[in-house]
Amino acid sequence: MSNNILVVAEVRDGAVKNVTFEMLGKAAALAAKTGGVAEAALLGAGVADQADLLAQYGADKIYLADDPALETFSSEGYTNVLANIVGQAEPAAVFLAASAAGKDIAPRLAARLGVGLESDCTDFALDDDGRLLITRPIYAGKVIATVKLKSTPQMTTVRPNVLGAPEPDASRTAAVEKLAVDVGNVRAQVVDTLMAEGGEVPLTEATIIVSGGRGVKGPEGFAPVRALAKALGASVGSSRAAVDAGWIDHSHQVGQTGKTVTPNLYVACGISGAIQHLAGMKTSKVIVAINKDPDAPIFNFADYGIVGDLFDVVPLVEKEVEALLAE
Amino acid sequence: MNTIICMKQVPDTETRFQVSSGKIVEEGIQYVVNPYDEYAIEECLLKKEAAGEGQVTVICMGPDRAREAILQALALGCDEAIHLNDPAFEGADAFTTAQVLAAAINKVGEYDFIFTGKQGVDNDNAQVGILLAEMLDLPHVSVITKLDIAGGKATAQREVEGGKQVVETSLPAVFSAQKGLNEPRYPSFRGIRQAKRKPYTTWTANDLGIDPAVLESKSELVSVALPPERGGGRIIEGEPAEAAKELVRLLREEAKVI
Repeated sequence: MSNNILVVAEVRDGAVKNVTFEMLGKAAALAAKTGGVAEAALLGAGVADQADLLAQYGADKIYLADDPALETFSSEGYTNVLANIVGQAEPAAVFLAASAAGKDIAPRLAARLGVGLESDCTDFALDDDGRLLITRPIYAGKVIATVKLKSTPQMTTVRPNVLGAPEPDASRTAAVEKLAVDVGNVRAQVVDTLMAEGGEVPLTEATIIVSGGRGVKGPEGFAPVRALAKALGASVGSSRAAVDAGWIDHSHQVGQTGKTVTPNLYVACGISGAIQHLAGMKTSKVIVAINKDPDAPIFNFADYGIVGDLFDVVPLVEKEVEALLAE
Repeated sequence: MNTIICMKQVPDTETRFQVSSGKIVEEGIQYVVNPYDEYAIEECLLKKEAAGEGQVTVICMGPDRAREAILQALALGCDEAIHLNDPAFEGADAFTTAQVLAAAINKVGEYDFIFTGKQGVDNDNAQVGILLAEMLDLPHVSVITKLDIAGGKATAQREVEGGKQVVETSLPAVFSAQKGLNEPRYPSFRGIRQAKRKPYTTWTANDLGIDPAVLESKSELVSVALPPERGGGRIIEGEPAEAAKELVRLLREEAKVI
């Protein structure tokens, strides 16, 4: 076994996602303390040109599995390829993104390797023996756990938007090892992809989110919320109340039975701030609440609050944002 | 159509947790069926009803208190329950939980598919269903919002960033349920009355032929803490137009987020 940390690159539409750079920065810093380096696994079809980026963000070696058979994601195929890479690299730890793909691969790979896995981790340190001390929110962030893995490699999935990416170093290079790819027997195959209209940034990766709750009163009440989101280049979120009422699809729900998000700015419109909603968004860097009830619990968590009817206030905020960004 | 649901009993989502000496205070916590497992149960009941035949088995690993959640699953319409209850199972991590469930599933025998919720809303691991699939050498589709069964195979939609993937798989397979898959029913009075008369089996590690020594968790909980409290900030006073203008100024100049 080495002291290296293997980062599995999160690739979507041929491009490496920011969470990969966050993982590489952390992996390089941790590995340096134990005499190891950060390595990367880059899987996909036509992704070889992304290797330089991985080097610039901290990878010393890249295991490249570039093959048409990896064009479409499958948990089984990606697990088969990664199990080989892990066998060859013998890392002390493996980091995958806590993304739809990462969360679909990691448990299968952990079971294959017979090791434990910590999901959706938000920070890492080292104990006296050089093992990872891992921070992960549980109960949707109502409680923060510190955990360790007793098996090796120590496998984790890493929540996007939390660690922060390092500055890239254009002078860094990495050894690239191109691998022969065998995806093996894939029984569950992706046959089609249905993308939502609008091409919004997914909530878990968004830097700004504007959310609507019970106060929007109906599906059409999301119009001012969406308009402000558009002005800010933000993604649209919602409370459980609005989803359960059928006003917006569940994929927009923030909270304990929805997404946990960590944007720079979270604007809550007509959201009272039930505990299960707060659990999903209270680690946002800045929270704004707009609500007509001055006693709404959300104001106890908001950096800035406006007491007023969202249908009056939100369009005015939108107008001010447009004026500001037009400057 | 024989199906198996792996269910968990978890603290109610409205729970406010207390921490004492690095541990969660369990006193006063109300337990419920894991919300995502409700979609798993409903989907198995719907598929059985559509097929016009079959057996829906609910398997739950948990202490004595889990009986309440299991009776609820039976009241909803599950035909049979298996309660995996043994002090050796306490403190199990996702890996050992999946090992125990896999042993129980192998003992149950034939099935067309297995369902879990996409995650337990307690430890938020989102692992057990997929671990089970690998341990049982089955395909899986996780975080699904739609499932069609026809001609001995399944077509599922699974949630990914910005949309859905349509996934085809052979059966048997493991699925994990996301909110939106269906609208879970409520138990009927008749269902509640019948629940207590349905087959309810309790299995220990010994019944499953598991040596408790192999159940050593791979994950170790070092400590827990409550997150730092977030204090309320400033209420921006004034007429809506003034307040909106001031908010945008503060977001730009003070918070520097736009």
